[in-house]
Amino acid sequence: MPSPRYWREIPQRYRLEANKCKKCGKIFFPPRLICCECRGQAFEKIRLSDEGKIITFTVIRVAPQQFATQTPYVVAIVETKDEVRLTTQVADCKPEDVEIGKKVRLVFRKIQEEGKTGILCYGYKAVLV
Amino acid sequence: MVGIIGYGSYVPRYRIKAEEIAKQWGMDPDAIKRGLLLKEKTVPGIDEDTITISVEAGKNALKRAEIDPQEIGAVYIGSESHPYAVKPSGTVVAEALGIVPEVHIADYEFACKAGTEAMFVCYSQVKAEVIKYGLAIGADTSQGAPGDALEYSASAGGSAFIFGKEKVVAEIVETYSYTTDTPDFWRREGAFYPRHSGRFTGEPAYFKHVIGAGKGILEKTGLKPDDFAYAVFHMPNGKFPLTAGKKLGFTKEQLEPGWIVPLMGNTYSGSSPTGFSATLDVAKQGELILLVSFGSGAGSDAFVFKVTDRIDEVRDKAIKVKELLENDRIYLNYGQYAKFREKIIMNE
Amino acid sequence: MRDVAIIGCGMTKFGELWKKSIRDIFVEAGLKAIDDAGVENIDSMYVGSMTSGLFVEQEHISAIMADYLGIAGIPAVRIESACASGGLALRQGFIEVTSGMNDIVLVGGVEKMTDGADATYALASAADQEYEVYNGITFPGLYAMIARAHMHRYGTTRKQLALVAVKNHKNGASNPNAQFQRETTIDGVINATMVADPLTLMDCSPVSDGAACVILCPLDQAKKYTDTPVKILASCAATDNIALHQRDDVTILKAVKLSGESAFKQAGISPGDIDVAEVHDCFTIAEICAIEDLGFVAKGKGGEFTEKGETALDGKIPINTSGGLKSKGHPVGATGIAQVIEIVEQLRGNAGKRQVKNAKVGLTQNMGGSGASSVVHIFRVV
Repeated sequence: MPSPRYWREIPQRYRLEANKCKKCGKIFFPPRLICCECRGQAFEKIRLSDEGKIITFTVIRVAPQQFATQTPYVVAIVETKDEVRLTTQVADCKPEDVEIGKKVRLVFRKIQEEGKTGILCYGYKAVLV
Repeated sequence: MVGIIGYGSYVPRYRIKAEEIAKQWGMDPDAIKRGLLLKEKTVPGIDEDTITISVEAGKNALKRAEIDPQEIGAVYIGSESHPYAVKPSGTVVAEALGIVPEVHIADYEFACKAGTEAMFVCYSQVKAEVIKYGLAIGADTSQGAPGDALEYSASAGGSAFIFGKEKVVAEIVETYSYTTDTPDFWRREGAFYPRHSGRFTGEPAYFKHVIGAGKGILEKTGLKPDDFAYAVFHMPNGKFPLTAGKKLGFTKEQLEPGWIVPLMGNTYSGSSPTGFSATLDVAKQGELILLVSFGSGAGSDAFVFKVTDRIDEVRDKAIKVKELLENDRIYLNYGQYAKFREKIIMNE
Repeated sequence: MRDVAIIGCGMTKFGELWKKSIRDIFVEAGLKAIDDAGVENIDSMYVGSMTSGLFVEQEHISAIMADYLGIAGIPAVRIESACASGGLALRQGFIEVTSGMNDIVLVGGVEKMTDGADATYALASAADQEYEVYNGITFPGLYAMIARAHMHRYGTTRKQLALVAVKNHKNGASNPNAQFQRETTIDGVINATMVADPLTLMDCSPVSDGAACVILCPLDQAKKYTDTPVKILASCAATDNIALHQRDDVTILKAVKLSGESAFKQAGISPGDIDVAEVHDCFTIAEICAIEDLGFVAKGKGGEFTEKGETALDGKIPINTSGGLKSKGHPVGATGIAQVIEIVEQLRGNAGKRQVKNAKVGLTQNMGGSGASSVVHIFRVV
């Protein structure tokens, strides 16, 4: 993960910052420059709720090298209370405990690292509540 | 009045039992459990480190402080397992908690007392009115070499404290520090595991400094052990804090709520701060609490806190240490533990 | 707008082609197509490739392929739309011929995936790198999440997913160009190594090398070259949100639906008029979603339809007679063109044991990523 690319996404990854269209109210995570619902270009910055539920999920057993030591791990599409969806790992759980509709909370975790000497990359993961 | 206006802790869900480690090295588990008074210890998830633990503890402290994070003027993190050798943990933590950019940030390191160091400086900054609020965190993902006695204790977790002048939960009555050059435990630059000098870590190191600081602050305040509801001493194992407390004149009952080491292990910079956080979880208005840390090298910071009536308002606003230690534990075997702690040599 | 026909096809065998480089396979397919069409000159070329940069650290492959095909000098352009690169390259070729800009256009697709790159990583670059891949999702994982939602919502069963692979392997067993020319069973699919729950290795298309090329020309010139030109009735593409999580309904591949609807409109026919179709079965669930979203069967009924045998060679609408991506192999950039070649062979009546009786109208559907791009072509033999 090259540093500038990582750094640029920090507000979203660390603080779940999203933007809300001032015209139609649709929320975008990550923030966008133009609303795909109403073409509005004025937004207000908001922070997503850290509470949500699982829409669908899988258990990754074959992972790219970056995540290879973590398999098997659960990845889910989570819908936050603001009805915004994101893709996230579900940490600290047995795969068999995960179900569609289960409630989760988003927490701060290390997502990946750029080799043994590169930068550490943080972000959100879900945990079952 | 200057003191703590919000506090919070975080402990990972993973555990390893003392007997699982003992079995690996052909040691007698009962001897270990008896000798060190340790049942199990916390282990960080593969995706957890001092930074993530600090963020979660910080979120819990903010829930209790109920302030705008932007008003926090300093973030100090004490740890001996900062993920970066060069790049402060505090930068990531402050960013994640929404405290940046008008904030003073520093990482502290003083073996197991880096957490109380951070608290000490935060308190001083607030008292001097340099900042309105300050956030001090003691957190660690402690390292102990495989097969070493430290492996039974070195654990993960941390606690965060927000200091301020209004809405105080626990007022700081007095502070006191006691420090000498004592080479009882160290880790050289670039070394993966710390080293220690065996029984030398006891009498001339831990006990000299903890008791020195304890006596010093009692003298300075004119308080006696029975003036205190509770006392917390750094917990490298189960026995040391009990012995130190006894020597200073404290009963086991006074130590009990903060004596979390049998289930938590020694969370280095997070140890006595988390014991203190667990004590706040049960303390009542007007009660006095003594906190004495210890950091190898060596030194101790001592604090006398007086709990205010606000404690009842904030206590239930975040998860308590007892719940963190007792709920939803996931036990690892030694192989999983070795993988989690990256003790296995992998191919690039 | 001129009518456009396909007058020649050529492809390599798909599989682990250890001895051959990306240049070798493209040139092999290109020469076969040129030979099949009997053309002497090529006016222009399009090459579909998803990520030759990540797979073999070679970009600029349009120029390389023109050079090594011995036709350097002509304009050559690479088209990329992840796994839909081949299909979208054909659309560009179609546009160039139908517009009258050029007459003889070679359209190819190629991918060399076995040269040592981390294929899971390279393929994942077709998803949202910052908000999907960053968090550890893989392509099998994305389709597994679609599968889980589809099963939850419509009652699609594990067995129905497996039956897609069983059917496609049965077809692939009689395709000499297929990577896996062998049949499999329901148990063989369900009990295979789990890749991303609920999908096993046998629900996933393989990592493959391969190239495929076709030659286009204006329909009114086609008879000069072949007795059985295949007319392109429609060439339509569409897009959707790149990230699966941003779609309102993860079980609907909107780009497939949109590209299908416009293609049927352009061709002036309906799904019921299609005799044979190649759809993008990168995973078993993808075939089920594709046949639903193309309108061959109602939404949610794709599993049941497959279980009833309606997509088999002798079914209502034979799907993936070539063996599909699952059995034939999936060299990503080449897939869209290889699908077209299967349909051309079916319409020419050259499909041998896989021949669908009286096949006159065929369809191909090729998509990129988790369905963020899709391209549909409809063909009729003239």
